[in-house]
Amino acid sequence: MTVASQTASSTSMAGSRPAITAGRNARVTRMTVRGVVLLYLAALLFLPVVMVFLRAFEGGVGPVVDAIVRPAFQSAFWLTVQITAITVPVCTTLGVVTALTIARRRFRGRNVLNSLVDLPFALSPVVIGLSLFLVYGVNSPVGRFLADHGITVIFAVPGMVLATIFVCLPFVVREVVPVLREIGTDQEEAAYTLGAGRLRTFFRITLPAIRWGIVYGVILTAARSLGEFGAVAIVSGKISGKTITLTTHVQERYEAFDVVGAYTASIVLAGMALLVLFAMQLLQSGRLRRHESADTSQPTSAGDA
Amino acid sequence: MGARPLQRPGVGGGYDGRGLLGPGLAALYLGLIVLIPIAALFWESLGLGLDDFVAAVTSPQARSALLLTLVMSSIVLLVNAVMGTLVAWVLVRDSFPGKRLIDGLIDLPFALPTIVTGLTLLALYGPRSPFGINIAYQQASILLALLFVTLPFMVRSVQPVLLELDREMEEAAASLGASPLTVIRRVILPNLAPAVLAGGALGFARCMGEFGSIVLISGNIPLKTEVTSVYIKGLIEGDQPDAAAAVSIVLLMVSLVLLTSFDLVRRRISRHSEVA
Amino acid sequence: MAIRIVGINKRFGDFVAVDNVSLDIEGGSLTALLGPSGSGKSTLLRIIAGLEDPDGGEVWLNDREVSHVPPQQRGVGFVFQHYAPFKHMTVFDNVAFGLTIRKRPKDEIRRKVHELLTLVQIDQFAARYPVQLSGGQRQRMALARALAVEPEVLLLDEPFGALDARVRKELRTWLRRLHDETHVTTVFVTHDQEEAMDVADRIVVIDHGKVEQDGSPREIYEHPANEFVMGFIGPVNRLGAAWVRPHDIDLLLDPAEKATEALIDRIVYLGFEVRVELTRRDGSQVSVQVARDEAERLELRAGQIVYARSNNERIFEGAEASAHAGSTAG
Repeated sequence: MTVASQTASSTSMAGSRPAITAGRNARVTRMTVRGVVLLYLAALLFLPVVMVFLRAFEGGVGPVVDAIVRPAFQSAFWLTVQITAITVPVCTTLGVVTALTIARRRFRGRNVLNSLVDLPFALSPVVIGLSLFLVYGVNSPVGRFLADHGITVIFAVPGMVLATIFVCLPFVVREVVPVLREIGTDQEEAAYTLGAGRLRTFFRITLPAIRWGIVYGVILTAARSLGEFGAVAIVSGKISGKTITLTTHVQERYEAFDVVGAYTASIVLAGMALLVLFAMQLLQSGRLRRHESADTSQPTSAGDA
Repeated sequence: MGARPLQRPGVGGGYDGRGLLGPGLAALYLGLIVLIPIAALFWESLGLGLDDFVAAVTSPQARSALLLTLVMSSIVLLVNAVMGTLVAWVLVRDSFPGKRLIDGLIDLPFALPTIVTGLTLLALYGPRSPFGINIAYQQASILLALLFVTLPFMVRSVQPVLLELDREMEEAAASLGASPLTVIRRVILPNLAPAVLAGGALGFARCMGEFGSIVLISGNIPLKTEVTSVYIKGLIEGDQPDAAAAVSIVLLMVSLVLLTSFDLVRRRISRHSEVA
Repeated sequence: MAIRIVGINKRFGDFVAVDNVSLDIEGGSLTALLGPSGSGKSTLLRIIAGLEDPDGGEVWLNDREVSHVPPQQRGVGFVFQHYAPFKHMTVFDNVAFGLTIRKRPKDEIRRKVHELLTLVQIDQFAARYPVQLSGGQRQRMALARALAVEPEVLLLDEPFGALDARVRKELRTWLRRLHDETHVTTVFVTHDQEEAMDVADRIVVIDHGKVEQDGSPREIYEHPANEFVMGFIGPVNRLGAAWVRPHDIDLLLDPAEKATEALIDRIVYLGFEVRVELTRRDGSQVSVQVARDEAERLELRAGQIVYARSNNERIFEGAEASAHAGSTAG
């Protein structure tokens, strides 16, 4: 989701001068376009989301609370949290290592590595689930070997974690690589010449410089792992009370005609999504501010050669 | 222009580029998580043999699912090219109270779990629609779901370009006597085209594989509203993993070929303006 | 010898950045590596610092072979072209960085850092962040940071390249004075011959990864080893096979032996000196520099016919073949 990071907040353009939009005709055009866009967004985005909340609370707060305290919901919720708690640190640590490799190294196969990182974006979640099923399922040698040693991957939590990591793999890498490229290697090299070793340079120089990129990547990773459905649904087997996550719980409740249960789980997930959005927005405006202050403070560093 | 040679020292060649722990770890990570499973996909479909492979991907149900996915993705691409650009335009060039909030909410489809998206759309455009619009189990519902999940791709791709588009260029064109419409057609659109293509490609890839938001609302009626990912899931549950792998590979290949051609076109038309 | 370089080679792919360079640099000296963009001078500096691994050859620092010693253990200070400030640290923490790595006691660090910040005249900004400094101040912070670890050798990569003309002049003088006070062996890279002449006691001219000439500024200016050095180090006219500096040409009003007839195209007043642009009979353009009162005495004006006679021309072997610097007049 690299595009999300480019959200250069448009507020800086608010009140922009009307370049060619002078005159009454232009005003009418502008209002029409605005109307069409707002209507489109309302019909597609805003109204449906409001509707979910309305539906969930149709019968008052009572049924929603009932649905939440139910053991099936509880176990789905905590399983989702558990998967996220494993996925985020793995994707973050290895994501940063991968980003460092892509941004700082030049070696044969770097391009392959680079496109492998993007592959999860081009794959259907169902296909991702299937591919893991094929490697770790009981019909494969790997799956059989693991099963003989008492490790079940498919239709169990390990497989769901693997599927979530697969799906979330690009986020941290794609957020951190551009930041690494932007800061360049000068600061790291300066630290080397001042006597700092590689590890210390990473923790004292590189990490502080890329921390906001990492945080952004972590937010996207967390959001996706809380909400992943397709890939996890394939490898989970949907064993009730054992491998049902919040998203599969929504589907399961809906198909069992428990509309309130489905909508309740949905609003919990939607609430988390809104929190994520809010965090992204905060980071975004902070990032923009830092960028501006860095820009205005370098009046003399433009020329080179 | 700098005093350094073209190959920037420091990236790769220098002290920084030594050591194999990082690249090794990265390769292991991507190999285990991505490469081996994808290889397994190919391996499994090879087990079918050519005839069975062809049969698996050309069965009426498979053909219909692939075609439906392709057609829906293309329509969504076209709608997004227009509506996504318009949304970006309004967010950048227009100003009205609440714009900032709307801008923030554009990313909602990124954050909202797909299954919730499906349920959400069903709440408004399903059997119990308060407006009396019921498109559940029809092809239009697939379109709606895909438009929802891909909206941010186009908007967030076009928005920054529009933001940085040189206003003086438009003013120069206007001062040379170009009408507003001419300015849009001759100046603005050519500059936006690469971003529209990039956003379109991301959205298209997403559409080809989309599952969660469709599965509840489309009804998954074979030959009518069953998209490829849902069909693959059916094959897996019907204990035909080899056929599922075959269809997956066709889906993957179609996506990759289209993505590559998108990228080629984008590079071609953006040669004059883009730096990256 | 503070720095001894023996047969250093370095390539990036097909590009030969440093081509069998050997060099000795004396302790306490201030040396400029001078050359055009892409000549390999920065790469050579980075090899001395250990930031780049040479493909072949040896680097010695104070009689210690360090060719493959990591940069941390070389005892060099390095100032980057864009200063590489640690943006998330204050000026104080930037300068203290090397000392904290070496685990020096807190009060020693504080004393030392303030001493250095005073030396580079930015002590009042100790609590600021690099983004709050001007370009010149950032560059001095980078210098203080490099000096804090008491390096045996100070290396500067285009230290003034990113500054505007006025600040650049100021800092040059200041660097020279700082060097005279500290006497740390200093090597800096520049593509600006005026800067090299102004600051260094020794200039190494580098082109295409090779040392073209190595000597004092005066030697290099007065006795350039070849046409490249002559053209790179100052303005030059090319008269057939001969090369001559604009101030080594006399202008006469009357015909004389060895003087060629020429038409004055333009007269440019540069202050103390006047530049006279001529076209000779054979169509070649010549630029001549004369003192202002000389120009007034001769009453030179555009359109006038004069006779130009060079009093110090040089001919390099194989100069015909090379058209390196033919157009640098002016």
